[in-house]
Amino acid sequence: MKTFGGPVLFLDRSDINTDEIIPAKYLNEVTKEALGLHLLEDLKLPGFDPKTGVLKNCRVVVSRANFGCGSSREHAPWALEKNGIFVVAAESFARIFRQNMFNCGMLAIELPKTEIAGLFADCDKNGTICDVDFSQKTLIFSWGRDKSRSVGFSINPFDEALVKAGGWLEFADAKY
Amino acid sequence: MGKTITEKIFDSHVVDEPFPGTKVLAIDVVMCHEITTPIAIADLVARGKDRVFDAAKIKAVIDHVTPSKDSKSATQAKMLRDWAARHKIRDFFDIGNNGVCHALFPEKGFIRPGYTVIMGDSHTCTHGAFGAFAAGVGTTDLEVGILKGVCAFRPPKTIRIDITGKLAKGVFAKDVILEVIRTLTVSGATDCVIEFAGPVVDAMTMEERMTLCNMAVEAGATSGLCMPDRQTVEYLWPFIKGQYKNSRAAALADFKKWHSDADAVYEKKITLNVSKLEPVATIGYKPDQVKKIRELSDVKIDQVYIGSCTNGRLSDLRIAASIIKGTRLAPGVRGIMSPATPKIYGQAMKAGIIKIFMDAGYCVTNPTCGACLGMSNGVLADGEVCASTTNRNFYGRMGKGGMVHLMSPASAAASGIAGKLTDPRKFIKERKKS
Repeated sequence: MKTFGGPVLFLDRSDINTDEIIPAKYLNEVTKEALGLHLLEDLKLPGFDPKTGVLKNCRVVVSRANFGCGSSREHAPWALEKNGIFVVAAESFARIFRQNMFNCGMLAIELPKTEIAGLFADCDKNGTICDVDFSQKTLIFSWGRDKSRSVGFSINPFDEALVKAGGWLEFADAKY
Repeated sequence: MGKTITEKIFDSHVVDEPFPGTKVLAIDVVMCHEITTPIAIADLVARGKDRVFDAAKIKAVIDHVTPSKDSKSATQAKMLRDWAARHKIRDFFDIGNNGVCHALFPEKGFIRPGYTVIMGDSHTCTHGAFGAFAAGVGTTDLEVGILKGVCAFRPPKTIRIDITGKLAKGVFAKDVILEVIRTLTVSGATDCVIEFAGPVVDAMTMEERMTLCNMAVEAGATSGLCMPDRQTVEYLWPFIKGQYKNSRAAALADFKKWHSDADAVYEKKITLNVSKLEPVATIGYKPDQVKKIRELSDVKIDQVYIGSCTNGRLSDLRIAASIIKGTRLAPGVRGIMSPATPKIYGQAMKAGIIKIFMDAGYCVTNPTCGACLGMSNGVLADGEVCASTTNRNFYGRMGKGGMVHLMSPASAAASGIAGKLTDPRKFIKERKKS
């Protein structure tokens, strides 16, 4: 199982699609390693520029609704993975992206809209750490000198099994 | 309690329920292309598991970038080609025989009612037009599909959309699906399948139903579906007549076993009367941002693109040609037309359609996905605008900084003549008079 948690990147928009996460022009790569450099290169979000080093050290993404919509490309989770980002927490996900995350042994965590809104309202966008307590199904966000918030989450038992197994290939190969 | 078509397909294919709420299905057709498959192949090789569960159930095509445009895309093509040869995958389509997967595979008769179909491509939902459960998946799902012939799903809920009324002249399946997406929004059908029904769907050809189902994923749906009927039997007839001992009635009766029961339970039922629907186009960067195209007549365009898995079939080219015939592209506008398969290309040539496009100033390309996802064959420059028959208008989709307006082939053809977004109805009327 992967190790989850670390500094948070906040992406304050709904419907962030997989073309924005990794543009199609990089789909001619045949290794996952080559994708990491281009993560979120085409994201349409005022003030966001991946070239400023904002992605460096990030381990968790927090975003709004329908994250990962569009293309089925698993290159989107891979581009996150190659940047050390194994967790995305959002109001909701597109189905294929969500499954791709769990299939790679990563976490796509759905949180209630009010919870996400609270995190966007209260957290320090440039200095929040998210610790993931997988056994207790809790995300602990901390920022500033002493601010913190614990947020419980649930994932379905199949997705949990995939995370523990390290992914769908490992799970399926052992079972089918 | 009755069942939907999706529930019937799930029940007939389930091989395991590892946890409540997850069903592992046997897959009838695993489709592969050169963009999402090579990494699966490389991973299987690295794991010492370079095997396929059933070579006859795997279909593969090089379609996204073909002919290869650079060393990297040539490597992808080679990886797929070598893998297909090594595993004796008979249904592998390489240059000269290749076309856009979601147009080519139906044409070959690979998809049948009641089938389960996966591919590493989100527009796999197209094949639901045949009454199949067809879902786009990522590379890991594809890899497990190749190795084990199974895929896991949460049983989807069903949204039924009854499309009623009568389509006005100049309004097509593309306008209908854009209106559906506008109504549902880009996430309105997440974790659902959309069942398209009603008299308008019943009257549609298989090509029109494929256009409809193709864009179900743009509303977040796992698959679009139409009930298999006489049209389905007719389309598949060359491939199934032996199986049904030359009896269309027998085929139809067999197909009907998949129909949703009258007392099936739906997540939601929507009735959409399309009698007053006008030709529409998208604005902005989301496919649910849809407006009447006549309200967008101040939008100038640089390029027209007619093709793709949504609208690159013969009927699409034919309607566009009927509008283009005898005209020229507006000065400064580039036209690109890509027939979706070699068969369509041949038929269009025979019918004089290719000549009409060329006489109007269009570049006719080989069958490929190409420009739709900005990989080749018509990428936009920063600030350029395209009237396109494709399925996605995401920021950067057809090239960084470009703007894509999605519309029907008729609207795209009319827009090319005028040099700006244009309601196709006046061209259709004019032609009728002459």
